Amino acid sequence: MDKTNCITLFEGKNGDFIQITSMDIEGVMRRRLLDLGFVPGAVVEVVRKSPLGDPIAFRVSQTTIALRREESSKIQGELMNHD
Amino acid sequence: MTETYRVALAGNPNTGKSTLFNALTGLKQHTGNWAGKTVTLAEGTLTHKGINYQLIDLPGTYSIFSNSRDEEVARNYIVFEKPDVTLVVVDATSLERNLNLALQILEMTRNVIICINLIDEAEKRGISINERLLTRRLGVPVIKISARNKTGFPLLLDTIERLAEGKLVCEPARITYDKDIEIKIASLEPFVAEMVEDRISSRWVALRLLDGDESLLDELKSRLKVKEGSA
Amino acid sequence: MNTELANSGSRGDLNALYEKAQQLSSSDLRDKIVGSLYQESKRLCEAGVHHSNTKRDRRTEKLDAVFTSPIWGFPIMMVMLGIVFYLTIAGANVPSDMIARFFGWLENYITAFFQWISAPDWLYGVLVLGLYRGTTWVVSVMLPPMAIFFPTFALLENYGYLPRVAFNMDRIFKKVGAHGKQSLTMAMGFGCNAAAMMSSRIIESPRERMLAILTNNFVPCNGRWGTLIVLASLFMAAGYTGGAKSLVTTSVVVGIVLFGILVTFLVSWVLSKTVLKGVPTHYTLELPAYRRPKFWETVIRSSLERSWAVLLRAVKVAAPAGILTWVLANVSVGDTSVLMHIVNFLDPFGQMLGLDGYILMAFLIGLPANEIVLPILIMGYLSTGALTEVDNLGDLKQIFVDQGWTWLTALNMMLFSLLHFPCGTTLVNIYKETKSIKWAFLAFLIPTMIAIFVTFVIAQSVKLLG
Repeated sequence: MDKTNCITLFEGKNGDFIQITSMDIEGVMRRRLLDLGFVPGAVVEVVRKSPLGDPIAFRVSQTTIALRREESSKIQGELMNHD
Repeated sequence: MTETYRVALAGNPNTGKSTLFNALTGLKQHTGNWAGKTVTLAEGTLTHKGINYQLIDLPGTYSIFSNSRDEEVARNYIVFEKPDVTLVVVDATSLERNLNLALQILEMTRNVIICINLIDEAEKRGISINERLLTRRLGVPVIKISARNKTGFPLLLDTIERLAEGKLVCEPARITYDKDIEIKIASLEPFVAEMVEDRISSRWVALRLLDGDESLLDELKSRLKVKEGSA
Repeated sequence: MNTELANSGSRGDLNALYEKAQQLSSSDLRDKIVGSLYQESKRLCEAGVHHSNTKRDRRTEKLDAVFTSPIWGFPIMMVMLGIVFYLTIAGANVPSDMIARFFGWLENYITAFFQWISAPDWLYGVLVLGLYRGTTWVVSVMLPPMAIFFPTFALLENYGYLPRVAFNMDRIFKKVGAHGKQSLTMAMGFGCNAAAMMSSRIIESPRERMLAILTNNFVPCNGRWGTLIVLASLFMAAGYTGGAKSLVTTSVVVGIVLFGILVTFLVSWVLSKTVLKGVPTHYTLELPAYRRPKFWETVIRSSLERSWAVLLRAVKVAAPAGILTWVLANVSVGDTSVLMHIVNFLDPFGQMLGLDGYILMAFLIGLPANEIVLPILIMGYLSTGALTEVDNLGDLKQIFVDQGWTWLTALNMMLFSLLHFPCGTTLVNIYKETKSIKWAFLAFLIPTMIAIFVTFVIAQSVKLLG
């Protein structure tokens, strides 16, 4: 059985796949994130952290987008174990 | 002297939109590679088979929901300036994300051509795209090109011509939203239609008003003001 | 039939309609709309896109592993910066010299022509000694570095490297309350601060955008490079020759640039704690795939578009400034020229900053464009009030040394050039972008105060230490 658990995007490790469940962000930033493909249900891959640890680049909807901790720690999802 | 048709280029950032613009116009215009680089509207001209076209390079945006100034600029141009043809440039290697914007534009205007760019890169990576199927499903011409290698241009230019001259009529597919939203649209649309008549898609305006698009509301108001002033 | 958008009286209806729409709407409407769009895109792609053993873009991943690596990311950025500068400085040397020689050669014939038509001295002075020498100086000093810098920069830009810089640097910018994309507007500033004002629109949030606008001046634009390169090579790299000379000059210029970046961070930090308080907002940055740019197309396009445009602007300003300087130097009030009145007035203040009255005068007259500061200065130094033929840099150094210059004068002039008020075009663009006299004025005041402060401290410290 695949084990799933809930984490925020910020807590993801490089190479993790996370399926977004909810986002605690409102207003323009939420709209912007939605446009970029950060929609509930979408699967996001943690690609890499910047040299100083923040921001983090995510692969979402076939594009690599970097987010700061302020946002990525407010996006929750389920870690998908694929081994 | 024949008239000049206006062709607007829209698309996500980093899809090679500016490359296409440069390749088509030959205008001395620089292309960039970062989000939102094209901030002022670059224009260029193009002559094909004796017909003149004015090309307008709209800002590259991920959506056209007026979340930023760039998005407002692009939206206003497409909706209010009414170009004869709107070219939506999409990236063949990330079609899914790019179609998102194309679908939004199809809600706003009819004369759209979807231009799948970077097709050479996609083929290299084992992605093959059935543009005929997409054309049928979307109701507008879908054309594969490589702006970098200038492939696919003859068909693209011919299609622009046929669309501009009215020899080709588009019937863009409409997205159906969930029932709840459709009911709301249906209840608003007649009032909107009365107001904007057939110049703007009333379904689209209704949807934007439901979404609380104040910038569009302001834009509509000011456009009305101008019309009243000149009347 | 109908050209009107709607019948009159509909504006009220529009508001009512909006109210109605808002009552109908629900808070999750946008989520649902976007969700539907994504589903439809997905359905279309499932039907119309076929993947056969799709390869991921490994190249981009591998390159990113290097360019944004915790170990290599920052050193590579430094090396890139160094290489771009070195190429510009070393590569511009010979063509600059050739262009200067050409204009000098041409001037002989022009002079002969003026003698042949027995033109009055003042006409010869205004047109040849003022206008011609001023503009040709700007062309010979500016054109070669620009013709190298802009294409090199455009290649990096089109390749996709610049967003990685924004990615690497963001943490530092966040610390000082700014936006990572400010590194992109700064990069643009190396070319032209005025153009960078426009490019600041890539920063979506107003507060961070204002920071980028107010601090952009601390990266030296192309118009100031001429000054920096000439002074560095004359005074800092004096004892070296050939490749070593270019290398030392580059190091000095890079050092000055790094100091400018440090000031950028400091000023951003102070501003974000004071007049521009607020939380960092709206940060999203796409890291697009690397794509090899079409080399010659990029080079030709950027040369024609940017280099040519900036050069034209500089020449347009240099021409009247050359005339003005000549006139000021040749029109006398009492027994001294107007120019000398200005210089004498500014001199005591200039001396306090380790500079002199001529230098401050040159910066003031050079307000329209930084490119013309050095030529005005040289015109000022020569008693005739016109540029002599400076066929080689040795002549130039002699002029400075005769005026009592030391390495300190050169250093402070470089620092003042780096830190002082933005050029006229930039100020106008700041006003256009911010629509505020207040911010445009602050954009003038802040750098000027810093330039005065820094040069004052250095000059006084050196004096104290002997």
